[in-house]
Amino acid sequence: MTTSPLMGRRRFVQGLALGTGALGIGGLGMSPAKLLASQGQTGAATLSGNTFNLAIGGADVNLTGTTRPATLVNGSLPAPTLRWREGDTVTLNVTNYLPETSSIHWHGLLLPFQMDGVPGLSFDGIAPGETFTYRFPIKQNGTYWYHSHSRFQEQSGVYGAIVIDPAEADPEPVDRDYVMVLSDWSDEKPEQIYATLKKLSHYYNFNERTIFDTLRDFREKGVVQTLKDRHMWNTMRMSQSDLADVTGYTYTYLLNGRSPNANWTGLFKPGERVKLRFVNASAMTFFDIRIPGLDMTVVAMDGQPVKPVRFHECRLGVAETIDVIVTPEKKQAFTVFAQSIDRSGFARGTLTPDPAMSAAVPEMDPPPLLGHTEMGMGGMAGMNHGDMEGMNHGAMDHGKMDHGAMKGMQHDDMGHGGMKHAGMQHKGMQHDGDHKVPFAFVADNPDLAPRTSAVQHLDSEYGPGVDMRAMAPAAMLDDPGIGLRERDWKVLTYADMETAGGPPDSLTPDREIVLHLTGNMSRYMWSFNGIKFADSVPLELYHGERARITLVNDTMMTHPIHLHGLWSDLELGGGRLLRKHTITVKPGEKLSYLVRADATGRWAYHCHLLYHMEAGMFREVRVVDNATTKEARS
Amino acid sequence: MKQTHLITAAALLALSPLVQAVDKHEPAFSRVIVDEFEARDADEGTVAAWEAAAWYGGDLNKLYLSTEGERLMDNGGETEGFETRVAWNRAFAPFWDWQLGARRDWQPDDPNRDWASFGVQGLAPYLFESEATLFVGEEGLTNLRLEAEYEILFTQKLILVPAVEANFYGKEDEELGIGEGLTDIEAGLRLRYEIRREFAPYIGVNWERRFGDTAAKTRGAGDDVSETTLVAGVRLWF
Repeated sequence: MTTSPLMGRRRFVQGLALGTGALGIGGLGMSPAKLLASQGQTGAATLSGNTFNLAIGGADVNLTGTTRPATLVNGSLPAPTLRWREGDTVTLNVTNYLPETSSIHWHGLLLPFQMDGVPGLSFDGIAPGETFTYRFPIKQNGTYWYHSHSRFQEQSGVYGAIVIDPAEADPEPVDRDYVMVLSDWSDEKPEQIYATLKKLSHYYNFNERTIFDTLRDFREKGVVQTLKDRHMWNTMRMSQSDLADVTGYTYTYLLNGRSPNANWTGLFKPGERVKLRFVNASAMTFFDIRIPGLDMTVVAMDGQPVKPVRFHECRLGVAETIDVIVTPEKKQAFTVFAQSIDRSGFARGTLTPDPAMSAAVPEMDPPPLLGHTEMGMGGMAGMNHGDMEGMNHGAMDHGKMDHGAMKGMQHDDMGHGGMKHAGMQHKGMQHDGDHKVPFAFVADNPDLAPRTSAVQHLDSEYGPGVDMRAMAPAAMLDDPGIGLRERDWKVLTYADMETAGGPPDSLTPDREIVLHLTGNMSRYMWSFNGIKFADSVPLELYHGERARITLVNDTMMTHPIHLHGLWSDLELGGGRLLRKHTITVKPGEKLSYLVRADATGRWAYHCHLLYHMEAGMFREVRVVDNATTKEARS
Repeated sequence: MKQTHLITAAALLALSPLVQAVDKHEPAFSRVIVDEFEARDADEGTVAAWEAAAWYGGDLNKLYLSTEGERLMDNGGETEGFETRVAWNRAFAPFWDWQLGARRDWQPDDPNRDWASFGVQGLAPYLFESEATLFVGEEGLTNLRLEAEYEILFTQKLILVPAVEANFYGKEDEELGIGEGLTDIEAGLRLRYEIRREFAPYIGVNWERRFGDTAAKTRGAGDDVSETTLVAGVRLWF
């Protein structure tokens, strides 16, 4: 088989070629093939042991045909893969050769907070020319990653994988083991991307609906139905095609530092068990990953082993990792295909028994449109959103709904008369009704104002920074998400997985903290509960307590929410938990996870979409000593 | 440039309650947008017309500067008149800002006019960019200006923009020949092609008409009350 032509919308991209930068490391003029040879399969060296010297510095790279400045670790993109062993204590001397403060955060690692690498919380950051020595014991195993937590250095190249071998022999040994780092590269400077989003938030969206789309809808759905459908979007002033803030217009999507044309290639022998450790190290991109012709079996998520589930496609959120096993039996090549959530581009690589073979690259799907589920109008996952005829709003249990919160939705204008929502399962609300966990209340913390239900919108959500509020957020753990609902193959969801060995900790929380994910797309403001980080006060957890964090996504975007230093045990229902470090929350979704506050200190808690974090979707979480806090509060 | 930044920064410091502690401070951004910079094929010759704005600030508070005007390019050139505005722009609702500021009308042949301005601008339902501003001038002059603009996408880059502006005066401005009530309406239809988002040449048609006493005064002076022109120009921002 030969490679099909790459889609026309993508610019021609060249292979990775690292230039000489401030570090003087790299291979200007080296062919991609030679680089492949010198840098190993990941496009980055693998460093193992327990002492590491890492240098963050400027370097030039050419991923698109244009040589552009990057920020790299040890001159490679991605940064070197670090191979550790559970039970060891690692020492990492990180030297900053950049002209600005830098840092490394070890994503998903349990460690003393001073080693967590968040400037302003863990430490002051690493000043230019200085070396910071991280040292911490390794108390876990699996696939993780590391990245800069300073400004936008992560976008411009400071990210790499961490593989921690278990202290004891792997119960599920494999024949081959590949790290698959997915990322998004832009020739634009990240500061420029951020400024552009602040000036014109839809700048990178080239999938807006045109007048011809409207005329086609007139033909296919009828004028009245089309106008009804559009009415809601028009009154809400939202774009139905706003799936990604930053798109393939500026991004080139990479697999192990290689553009689609440079085609990262991994070898296997037919019949071998091959482990693929996918790391979504991108700044802004959700990837839908599949390998046409091969099913995958998930064995770990975010480094933590899960009960194996066979699937064909999964959506990997920014900062999540997933370990899968594939067993290609035939002597043929397979394409690893990872398209962005908005279908504006893809990363691609090849698994093959023979370096000369490659497989067809699938066409990207047509870009999906946001629907009523994303609007937070109720749990309608799996339904055909183009056609609202089959739903009946009349049967909705409005008694349980928070009508006070609906004023912002212009409910009267929404033309519900024509919709029928019979049989809608408001799982989220039922959960809400029967929980007995008290809501956290702290008088001087506006995030923890008194609330009567998790779906209630606090007063702080009514301001210029919040452009919509979900009316009926729903449990959607078994929803594959927008663009993946109509697949005729198995799409992995959180609901399919469960931490291996049963719940790793208690199922019973002491308190419930509710945060709504909020934003204003056109102003490019992002926040929790309508409050930006700049205006927030730290959330306090009491040392040792089991807290439930409930997230309600009031935006139309998918957000990967990452809590540093503590596990997030996602509540799947039925006594099942899924242990994670980053949890993706879909538009209109309400979910809960349990956190054991077993590490004191100052931790970052934020949306892992880089520009959302920068815009204010960020909190400091302080794990404080229980006794003193309670005294101080009483 | 640096000086401008200092001045605007100082202005924002004075205005904004949002100045934060060092590590939480909100960065400021700026945008310059030349919405219209065009040649109009008018009866008296080619007229250059412009409409441009710049802002500097954070999410909620911005300093706005704007200008619009016309200049006759033929016969040696003559600026027909233009206005400059400065305003503090404050976001107060998800899609709406209010503006507090000042406007000066510069008129080579007539006395200048100074106004205080109180405005609301934003995105109305159905995605109409809208603006309503009340100007209060000297000697009890008032001018209410309503503006609306809409974008129709033919493709992602070919965009048709109908726009309309209407002015009302609370009392007549005898010296300038402006009557009470509805004074004028200007409507435009511009088709632009965004070579990049930031740079779009366009062609279009612009229609202006005076009404009521203003029209009567214009007629009295022997001028046309209505004018339709073809326009060609460029829209750009950075």
